[in-house]
Amino acid sequence: MTSPLFEEVLALGDDALVAAQRMAEWCARAPELEEDVALANIALDLLGQARALLSYAGELEGLGRDEDELAYLRDEHEFRNVQLVELDNGDFAVTMAKLLCFGTHQHLLQTDLAAGGSRLAQIAAKAVKETAYHAGHAARWTVLLGDGTAESHRRMQEAIDHVWPYTHELFEGSDRRGRWLARVEPVLEEAGLNRPEDGWAPTGGRHGVHTEALGRMLAEMQSLRRAHPGATW
Amino acid sequence: MRRAAARTTLEREEVIVEVLPPPGTERLLEEIDAADQGPFAGERPPITDADGPAGFEALIEADSKIEPLDWMPDPYRQSLIRQIAQHAHSEIMGMQPEANWIARAPSLERKTILIAKVQDEAGHGLYLYATAETLGVSRDALLDALHAGRQKYLSFINYPTLTWADVGALAWLTDGAAVVNQVSLCRTSYGPYARALVRVCREESFHHRQGFDLLHTMSHGTPEQRRMVQAAVDRWWYPALAMFGPADSRSVHSARSLAWRIKRAGNDELRQRFVDMCVPQAEALGVTLPDPALRWNPGRGAHDFTPPDYDELMRVVAGHGPCNRQRLAFRRRVHEEGAWVREAAAAYAAKHAAGPDTGPAVGSAAGPDAGSAVDHAVGPVAGPAPAVAPGEDAVRPGGGGPAGDEAGWALWEVFVRARRGVSHVHAGSVHAVDAGMALRNARDLFTRRGEGVSVWAVPSAGIAASSPDEKDALFAPADAKPYRHPSFFEPPEGVDNL
Ligand SMILES: [Fe+2]
Ligand SMILES: [Fe+2]
Repeated sequence: MTSPLFEEVLALGDDALVAAQRMAEWCARAPELEEDVALANIALDLLGQARALLSYAGELEGLGRDEDELAYLRDEHEFRNVQLVELDNGDFAVTMAKLLCFGTHQHLLQTDLAAGGSRLAQIAAKAVKETAYHAGHAARWTVLLGDGTAESHRRMQEAIDHVWPYTHELFEGSDRRGRWLARVEPVLEEAGLNRPEDGWAPTGGRHGVHTEALGRMLAEMQSLRRAHPGATW
Repeated sequence: MRRAAARTTLEREEVIVEVLPPPGTERLLEEIDAADQGPFAGERPPITDADGPAGFEALIEADSKIEPLDWMPDPYRQSLIRQIAQHAHSEIMGMQPEANWIARAPSLERKTILIAKVQDEAGHGLYLYATAETLGVSRDALLDALHAGRQKYLSFINYPTLTWADVGALAWLTDGAAVVNQVSLCRTSYGPYARALVRVCREESFHHRQGFDLLHTMSHGTPEQRRMVQAAVDRWWYPALAMFGPADSRSVHSARSLAWRIKRAGNDELRQRFVDMCVPQAEALGVTLPDPALRWNPGRGAHDFTPPDYDELMRVVAGHGPCNRQRLAFRRRVHEEGAWVREAAAAYAAKHAAGPDTGPAVGSAAGPDAGSAVDHAVGPVAGPAPAVAPGEDAVRPGGGGPAGDEAGWALWEVFVRARRGVSHVHAGSVHAVDAGMALRNARDLFTRRGEGVSVWAVPSAGIAASSPDEKDALFAPADAKPYRHPSFFEPPEGVDNL
């Protein structure tokens, strides 16, 4: 028997964990050394959020599962993250498009959650400073790439078009999409990018239905831990 | 977290690692601190062309630091560039064997630590390329030389990390060897290199310790984990010993570098020091170092050991190690795949040119603790521009030096105000296309351990430096005004705390 709070905390924890795992794939591969350091910072922020949330989820669940058991020993269909964060990194434009959409959503959500004195509010209050930075970083790059060269403009537009359908899932059961658009649309406009039409809206992550990308990601992430049951690292 | 024994806490912005210090490493940390207290820049006017070789030799003789504006012999400059470039390349190439395991790290804590470590290596690369840039060579030129195979990086990077235990063994042994080597280099004669190394060394000791801690946990784990640890140590022992270079008798560059005090200790001496440090640490781990000849020699007061196979070292340096081709191809591909991004940023900046050419735009940034960080840049400010004393790193040779890279990312000098500091202090440099990016990059690079609460980024091209030829006109008059200094006034007896 699990509580709605457990489900909520687990979902947010999975969002952060999967986003962190993807962001960390950039280590040693970023387009410029300074950016390698920046992306690693973002990955570390997200991983820190994931650990706080998953530890809390484990406590709420009351079955003695810690952050690592939740991260490493659940199967794909037990993950509750939105599909947006599990999508392959693609090129740098796709990664920045994902971060713009996800980071802006996280920042709005955490700002709302941070009001109040609950444990979740405390976690959100710490995270909100980090996600403000992530969203700002992605917004800056979206503008630089959108308004850079012809090639970067083409890539950035393709990236936004690619991730846009997956952004609808961020707002299921919430009224934040209006505020989210009010943040994202001006960035696209400054970048000289078209705001994609709303239409196809893939969904299912919150119920354990994922894209093919998550299975491959978890196969790699969990492989060592699962090969040595019970070992301490 | 894991053990109750006495521990040291090493803080990273988001990563707090409590680890058992490997036996024998406290002294290294003390040496870094001692080097940090050593003679520093800004205490004397630069050596001019007129002072020439005699002025330079006198400074070396006095164990003073040579600074960017000083006259220096060209071979000294070239030796430094070669050594610093190889060091910088090793930092960024060394990210690959470790990044290989980030996705599979077996706990979220280990994953956190490993990302932080690989990130540090990128940071070390940045500090060191910036140091090379004070000698008048651009980062782009150095990267080209790396990609073309004209400049080398440390040979251990050309070995594979086959298991998770290799991540620990690589850090314990090769970061450990790097600490031993670089602690000695913290006293190098070139000021900017010495200062960069103090920073690098402090971070390397975190790397060394986390590697030891990782192995310690595994070596107290399952039989299979213990086998993995021993196999990894067997793989990494000789590549680590080879990091100190050929025996002094075979080394091409050693003698001259020692004479100029670029290097402070010979290869053999440092290698011996490393072996002596590792033996008790291996015992603490319960692993056997793979050398049957390794034993204590009471006559020498040191361990006898089998030196690395220098022919193998030369083969690997020549490009024939297990991973040379893979590592270099990866690095080239990253650089090529990033080209469109770098070009786009430069094109954007050119279109919206309120860029570095317009003068010393000083941005101000709050540290990572500040709330909304969407854009720190406040554009040109009316406040006092940071004063740059002669001889500091910020001053490029000839007042110019490399202004940026091929794609048009300009060089920015970074000044950080520490938590309890009163003024901004020069911390290094970054490449960026505009003030906003410069501030973000500076924040990420120089305040990731919470070192600062405020950051300035100033276009390097916008810094006016005093010329060495004017030193008498500018500075000598001040020497004649001792009354400006409080020490001129002898307090009357019995009056304290004046
Ligand atoms: Fe390093
Ligand atoms: Fe290191």
